[in-house]
Amino acid sequence: MSFSLLLEMIPIALMFATPIIIAALGGLFSERSGIVNIALEGTMQIGAFAAATVTVLLEPTTPGAAWIGLGVAVLAGILFSSLHAFASINLKANQTISGTALNILAGGLTVYLCQIIFHQQRTRAFSNGMQKITVPYLSDIPVLGKMLFFENYPTFFVAIGLVLLTWFLVYKTPFGLRLRACGKTPQAAASMGVSVKGMRYFGVLASGALAGLAGGVMVLTADIQYTLSSIHGTGFIAMASLVFGKWNPFGVLGAGLFFGFSTALSLYAKDIVFLAALPQEFFYLLPYVLTIIALWMFAGKYVGPKASGEIYDAGKR
Amino acid sequence: MTKRSEKIVLPLISVFLGFFIGSIIIIATGRSPAVMFTAMIRGISGLDIKGELPFNPRYIGEFVVQSMPIILTGLSFAFAARTGLFSIGAEGQLMAGSLAATAVALLVHAPKFIHLPLVLLAGIVAGALWGAIPGLLKAKYNVSEVVVTIMLNYVALHLNNYTILNIFGSVDRVKTAEFSETALLHSPFLESITRNSRLNWGFIPVIIALVIYSLVINKTTFGYSLRAVGFNKEAARYAGMKVNRNTVLSLTIAGAFAGLAGAIITTGTFNFGRAMSAAEGYGFDGIAVALVGGNEAIGILFSGMLFGMLKAAQPLMQSQGIPREITGIIQASIVLFVAMQFGIKMVIDKLKGHKAKPESVGEGAAT
Repeated sequence: MSFSLLLEMIPIALMFATPIIIAALGGLFSERSGIVNIALEGTMQIGAFAAATVTVLLEPTTPGAAWIGLGVAVLAGILFSSLHAFASINLKANQTISGTALNILAGGLTVYLCQIIFHQQRTRAFSNGMQKITVPYLSDIPVLGKMLFFENYPTFFVAIGLVLLTWFLVYKTPFGLRLRACGKTPQAAASMGVSVKGMRYFGVLASGALAGLAGGVMVLTADIQYTLSSIHGTGFIAMASLVFGKWNPFGVLGAGLFFGFSTALSLYAKDIVFLAALPQEFFYLLPYVLTIIALWMFAGKYVGPKASGEIYDAGKR
Repeated sequence: MTKRSEKIVLPLISVFLGFFIGSIIIIATGRSPAVMFTAMIRGISGLDIKGELPFNPRYIGEFVVQSMPIILTGLSFAFAARTGLFSIGAEGQLMAGSLAATAVALLVHAPKFIHLPLVLLAGIVAGALWGAIPGLLKAKYNVSEVVVTIMLNYVALHLNNYTILNIFGSVDRVKTAEFSETALLHSPFLESITRNSRLNWGFIPVIIALVIYSLVINKTTFGYSLRAVGFNKEAARYAGMKVNRNTVLSLTIAGAFAGLAGAIITTGTFNFGRAMSAAEGYGFDGIAVALVGGNEAIGILFSGMLFGMLKAAQPLMQSQGIPREITGIIQASIVLFVAMQFGIKMVIDKLKGHKAKPESVGEGAAT
């Protein structure tokens, strides 16, 4: 693999990694608070649909339509995940079933609305989507500048910012300590006066906001319109990144980059001598197989928040 | 409410609320829900008052065809759920089954009474093997079956596409050559009595599967020990039951049901193997079917027919301006309401005047 090819590949890999990282951070907030959210995938679909629709409709008249689209995607994600929060926190629903329901709902709802709004199975194609930027000065740094700051999507920097923010919030503030306590020993947290319900609502709604944003980012950078297969399992890969990343923001960043690169490889495989012989489908299924292998290899070593997925019972000892 | 009536009443309320939400969405987007209900009634009864024929059995045929695979994926989810496992893998197991059935249909040449059973068996075995993977990982290494089954769905999809497109001398790069008559579930007789619907003999293995499910779960020691593991793993282990073996077997058998569904779709509804851009959702349909059916054979039969009816009504709704995706919305709402059972129970009991106890949904389904 030549060096110039690698340089060319990095922005593409970062583009694929960005939504994975953001959505996985969403999963982190939710699981740290004690609620499993397997609806990351569905929430990403909702966000992607919202962002694409707003962008298509506003683009002709409004500058920065894509950013407004992302804002709407965040709101749509919060609204959508509030269903999961209500079902699993207030009504003590089985979190996997509730998440599955939302995953089914997202596919149906988005395509239904596409048909109502655009009279087809997908949104209309937007003309620009998210614009690439070149950061002045920083892009002049040799090698690194070309990789990160030249003609790159600004959303990657948003993702990095979110990683830092999440790390600070979850590990360096009293709020974060309480959040983690709710995911580990909610009864103990409650005995210290922490509102377990409130914390878990925050966790789930934050996961909705981030997954919605991730979906918006994904459709506006890697696609030209929203279709039923725009997200194609990225939300599930984000869940896997959370496991690899040991439920830690920097671990999530690393795992997200890893999956981003493996996706980019599928596009560049034909230019790389020793990979060119492999079929395209091999690269399509690679991230999923790697996930299974990693889950198997790290089995027992990576343990998530202890009470995550359990229905909260205030009287349990 | 007694436990028994709860098992019937709560799903019915969920179904009712699901259709209620669906109707609201249809009205909110300026359509009439009456169109949907007319289409559904036409689907099960064949009655078509406005059409050229007042009674058209073709609709009934299509309704049965739509119900067959989702009853099987429902059995698949339910079998795992009875052992306390949450398998989202029916989609991939179905695809593995369909791929194996395609292979046997194309590569084996034999008279029908050997070829056809062999095709179905291939589907069953492939689905079972695909289900055994998460089973082994769960039993030996305690890896979450939820994540593994989801990942395997995508692996199966791409594996299927690669094989179909590259190995079987494909046509138009989307499907294989057509199967020989000996591999097919097609029946000119069934087609003729239902005015050329796609109805085929596939319903016979479906009925057999329902009976087997019911017998194994309710009437055998093995089924008893599976359910025991589902209720309380530690207690079952203490009582000397082989928890790990049951976990593997449960997911394997669940895979077998889904694999059979794949074989039936490939050699009944179609007569060639297909490459697909995305999964077709039979696996998720199955989750809804099993949850509404209370993981019981008879419940799964009825809820499978209910969702089959919804699917069969799609084309008519689409032609009258209601996007077909409304069925997915209704289905998801029903599942969400099933998940919210505790809340529904609370409301009912409040109306009756006593307090509800929290309880997890779906007999020991894993979290």
